[in-house]
Order: sequence, then structure tokens, then C-alpha cells
Amino acid sequence: MIEFHLDARSGVSPYQQLVQQVRQALRLGLLREGDQLPTVKDVVGRLAINPNTVLKAYRELEHAGLVAARPGVGTFVTKTLSDSSLAAHAPLRRELESWLRKARRAGLDEESIDALFRDTFRSITLEGVA
Amino acid sequence: MSSVLQARGLGKRYGRRWALSDCTLSIPAGCVAGLVGPNGAGKTTLLHLAAGLLKATVGTIEVLGESVRGRPEQLARVGFVAQETPIYPTLSVADHLRFGAKLNPSWDDALAQDRIAGLGLERRQRAGQLSGGQRAQLALTLAVAKRPELLLLDEPVASLDPLARREFLRGLMEIAADREVSVVLSSHLVGDLERVCDYLIVLAASRVQLAGRVDDLLATHRRLIGPRRDASALPDGQQVIEASHTDRQSTLLVRTEEPIRDPGWIVEQVSVEDLVLAYMDQAAGAGRERGRLEAVRR
Repeated sequence: MIEFHLDARSGVSPYQQLVQQVRQALRLGLLREGDQLPTVKDVVGRLAINPNTVLKAYRELEHAGLVAARPGVGTFVTKTLSDSSLAAHAPLRRELESWLRKARRAGLDEESIDALFRDTFRSITLEGVA
Repeated sequence: MSSVLQARGLGKRYGRRWALSDCTLSIPAGCVAGLVGPNGAGKTTLLHLAAGLLKATVGTIEVLGESVRGRPEQLARVGFVAQETPIYPTLSVADHLRFGAKLNPSWDDALAQDRIAGLGLERRQRAGQLSGGQRAQLALTLAVAKRPELLLLDEPVASLDPLARREFLRGLMEIAADREVSVVLSSHLVGDLERVCDYLIVLAASRVQLAGRVDDLLATHRRLIGPRRDASALPDGQQVIEASHTDRQSTLLVRTEEPIRDPGWIVEQVSVEDLVLAYMDQAAGAGRERGRLEAVRR
């Protein structure tokens, strides 16, 4: 079971934050096929948000084929996003850490690292498309 | 049932002052509706009219599909918590529940006992000795245990500290999650409303300035930032709610059903707080304008 949290200042709507947190948990292997998501009542009782916000998030995840609602029981994960790539996470993380240390030594601050990452990511993605 | 509260041309006058005028509204069932506005905007008046505590001067108001006349059968279907969290200071928590059971035919004692236990309230304690947050929770418990179809809450969290406020809203959302009750609550704390409400009503200067589902309202409002230009030069269908200009730049908040196609604008999403403030400001501006015109006429 995962626990949701909300960042009020992120500019991302609460329902999208819930969707992202489930996708993130699936990608990191924190949620696996068959796991149950917290009930709507649990989520609203914890976060003090509107029940429709949670329902909307769960509906979107259902449309994406990631979860399924079993009436009267709850909402369950039906698919995992991590599969075989999960094994690659650890070595990739180590490489990324050493790269980040290098960037720091070169004098880049957080903002410049973020900008450089996004820019590189964008151009690589565009290459993939072309 | 499509609408839990429907008002048409509703108005309430005290002496020469209109506390609420020309109020036309339809709040859908199953929503948590937030009623926002500055003090004295008419929020309490509207809730009291809905609860059958006041009689309208003009217009009509229907609650749960029936005109409000103070019939006991109708009142039994509505839970109302007034602003001053009405409890009896000398009575114990258990006494309150006993009274609730006696006065309400549909009283759900298991629900009441569960909530009191869940809140950790001491049953023998006098209500006057409870903290503000506990008093509010007790008043909410009494209103909910009568199993109403509509719950009206007047500024339920205004006097609570942030922690008690969050606790209260958590409980309220759990109640709303059971889907058997629609909620209308007034507040001037916009941050709280943004989380808990899916329907919004902005009341200012005794009139409804804006009403709709939060999702729809957010989808139809945009902030436009660009080189200075006159608001009247916008295409039809883009209604300017708020405009500010420097000598070079214009910042507009517009309402529009269409996407913004003009590449000259930077287009940004707005928050519930932005909307509430813009509509309240517009109402205040209209008030000032009326004042000026009257001054000129004199």
C-alpha cells in the first residue's frame, strides 16, 4: 500500500499529483500487480481533499489500463510499469550520481544542472523522433 | 435528483439594506460546494435562507427539490451548523448525543458514537471545556448523525487553528466520501476550499459573482501576459475579468470557452485563489464605480 501526499505549491493539480504518484510507484516497483490502492475514504481522510479528486485520478489510471476497480472491494493494480527495466535502475543511478558530483565540481548549481538535463533530454528525445 | 439547492431571483432585505440580491443558483447533488466572499457578502444570509431560519424578501429557494417552508420533514433532511458552533457549554458530550437521538427521528447513534470515539472525545466532559476544534467536531457529529441529505456549514473552520482545521476537513471529506450527503460550506479561507470543494460560488457585494464546477471554471479562465494592448481589442467571447497594465505590458484574466490562439500572449493557468480574488476585486470595483457615479449625480 502506498501513501499519497500533496504539494500545494507545485502548480500541478491535486488529481494529477495522485496520478503521478501512482505511476511513479509503479515505475519504481513500490506497487506491483495485484496491490490495492488506498480507498477513496482513506485518501480523503488523510489529505483532506474532495473525494471526486481521488475518483478522477483513479478513473484516469483505469483508462490507462494500470488499475481496475472491483466494486465494493477496492481498486487494484493490474499492470506494472517497471518490468525488466527495474534491474537497470541501480547501475544507472550510480552513473547519474557520479555525473552529478562531476557537475557540482565544475561549479554548476541546482538550477543549471536542471536546465542542462532538461535541454539535453529534449534534444535526445527529438533525435529519437527524427 | 439533480440539484440540492436552487435559488431564483432570491433576495433578502434588512431595513433598507439588501444582504442578498438577485441570487440565482443551482448546486448539483453530490458536490462539496464552497461559498466564498468577503465578510458581509451575504454568505450567512444565503445559508440561513436555505436552512429555513430566514424568510426571503423576494424570489424563491428550493432545497432538495422542495420550497423551503420550515416543514419538519424537510428540516430533518438538512443538517445545519451555524457559525458559532452551537453547543451547550454545561452539558456533557454524552448529553449532546442523547439530545440528538431524542430530537431526530433518523438519528444514527452508531455513527455518532463512532465519530466521538474516533475523535478521542471524553463522553463525560462538558462541552464548554472542549477546545475550539473539538467543539466544531462535536457540532459536526450532531449534524451528520441525523443522516441529512444536505449539510450546510457556515464558516466551520474560521476560528480553528491550522491543525484543528485540517482535522475537521479530513472528517468532513470522509463524510462526503460516503456519497450520501451533499455539502455547502462557506469560508473565506480560499486555500482550504481549493482542496475540498468541487463546486464554487463567489458571493460579493450581496450578489453571486461566479458559480460553477471547479474543473469547468479552471478550464475556462486563463491569464494572458503580453505587450500592452487595450482589453477592448480582444476577440468576442473573451471576457476580461481583471486587467492590469504597465506602460509596456498587459496582464489580463479572461474567461473564454475557446483556446487562446493569439501568439502574442503568454497563456497561463489560474488557480482557484486567483479566480476568487479576481471576481471579488471586480465586484469591489463595480461598487466603487457605482459610488463614484452617485457622487457625480449629486
